[in-house]
Amino acid sequence: MQHLMSPMDLSVEELEELMERAADIEADPSAYSHACDGKILATCFYEPSTRTRLSFESAMLRLGGQVIGFADADSSSAAKGESVSDTIRIISSYADICAMRHPKEGAPLVASSRSLIPVINAGDGGHQHPTQTLTDLYTIHSLKGGIGNMTIGLCGDLKFGRTVHSLINALVRYPGMSFVLISPEELRVPSYIRDMLIASSIPFSEVEKLEDALPRLDILYMTRVQKERFFNEEDYLRMKGFYILDKEKMTLAGEDMLILHPLPRVNEISVEVDDDPRAVYFLQAKKGVFIRQALILKLLGL
Amino acid sequence: MLNISGINEGYVLDHIQAGMSLQIYHDLKLDTLEDCMVAMITNAKSNKMGRKDIIKVECPIDAIDLDILGYLDHNITVNIIKDDRIVEKRALALPKEIKNVIRCKNPRCITSIEQELDQIFILTDEEREIYRCKYCEERYRGHHRRRAASRR
Repeated sequence: MQHLMSPMDLSVEELEELMERAADIEADPSAYSHACDGKILATCFYEPSTRTRLSFESAMLRLGGQVIGFADADSSSAAKGESVSDTIRIISSYADICAMRHPKEGAPLVASSRSLIPVINAGDGGHQHPTQTLTDLYTIHSLKGGIGNMTIGLCGDLKFGRTVHSLINALVRYPGMSFVLISPEELRVPSYIRDMLIASSIPFSEVEKLEDALPRLDILYMTRVQKERFFNEEDYLRMKGFYILDKEKMTLAGEDMLILHPLPRVNEISVEVDDDPRAVYFLQAKKGVFIRQALILKLLGL
Repeated sequence: MLNISGINEGYVLDHIQAGMSLQIYHDLKLDTLEDCMVAMITNAKSNKMGRKDIIKVECPIDAIDLDILGYLDHNITVNIIKDDRIVEKRALALPKEIKNVIRCKNPRCITSIEQELDQIFILTDEEREIYRCKYCEERYRGHHRRRAASRR
């Protein structure tokens, strides 16, 4: 039985298979509308995350399966003090596959070690969020015709942003990648990411201005500055406006540059950019459902 | 001179840094062994180290998991005794996994709220001696081992 805790659980070949399956589903959704008939997905969300939960539920429903679950810890037995291990044993009797979001890092791993059904990590604190990375990879893959030989700019909170760390780790496995890391000094990538890039001889540069990076990018991955990662309001307010992408800055970008964002955005991408054909973040969210469909099928062995 | 005789079967852990034997006694969980005789000698004279501690344990030779010693201090000499003789001097290496010796200090780790979980650390970088929590992958930065190293 296979679980998904980190994007690195999947080899490049497995990722390729998964993305091909997702493309197949996207091309002909009706061919898969009964693929999970009689199967149940449990969405165990110990902290609210409407977008991720609904994308999982949508994925399962579009496969013809059904969904049970809870949307926050207060409405689960965790509020009574039940351990993750006990909860997953019970859920194993009720469902065929489980997507778990938990504020504590490593909770889905604990669940997977006791589970009788496949467990998907749907985000554990600041640690991993593999299906976001799968969504990012699939979006790049399907819109650029593959992954490799491209320059990726990552902008915003690169210090605390787990989606950024996961994406870099996943992308370095492809040939010809280079990175431009765009952030204020205070929010640069952690040293272990920098060390890994150096050790793998991956070209990268760190810049402070979005404008300096834009002309040479194939992909711009924007992230928001998350309020909850800061200890005080003052720091948050000072930094959140640092990197805002607007129509004017977009004139510096190449015609084929794609803008990705894990969403939700706050103000780091102006609404006026939404109509630009290079802005693919809403399409990215849509593609997130297809890749989750492919993932559910893979983990269920279907 | 101290004489390391009197053990029929068991271990003599020699060249422990002076003052560290009690810590090692606990880390090896020697206090949980039944019917095993343990002798601790502290602050013994040593040509090599000036002062050292020694622990002698009379027990079946498969009774103790010595892997953790490699993490605590790989300079300790492990003598394995059988039939009153040293039958093996075991070299110590960094263990691949450490279980229930050090604790994860990441307040966001699942082990911070589920106390019954085993505290497991994995050796992720042998060269730089980096251990990470199995659950949250946070690097262990505790003083436990460093304190031992600084006295060397």
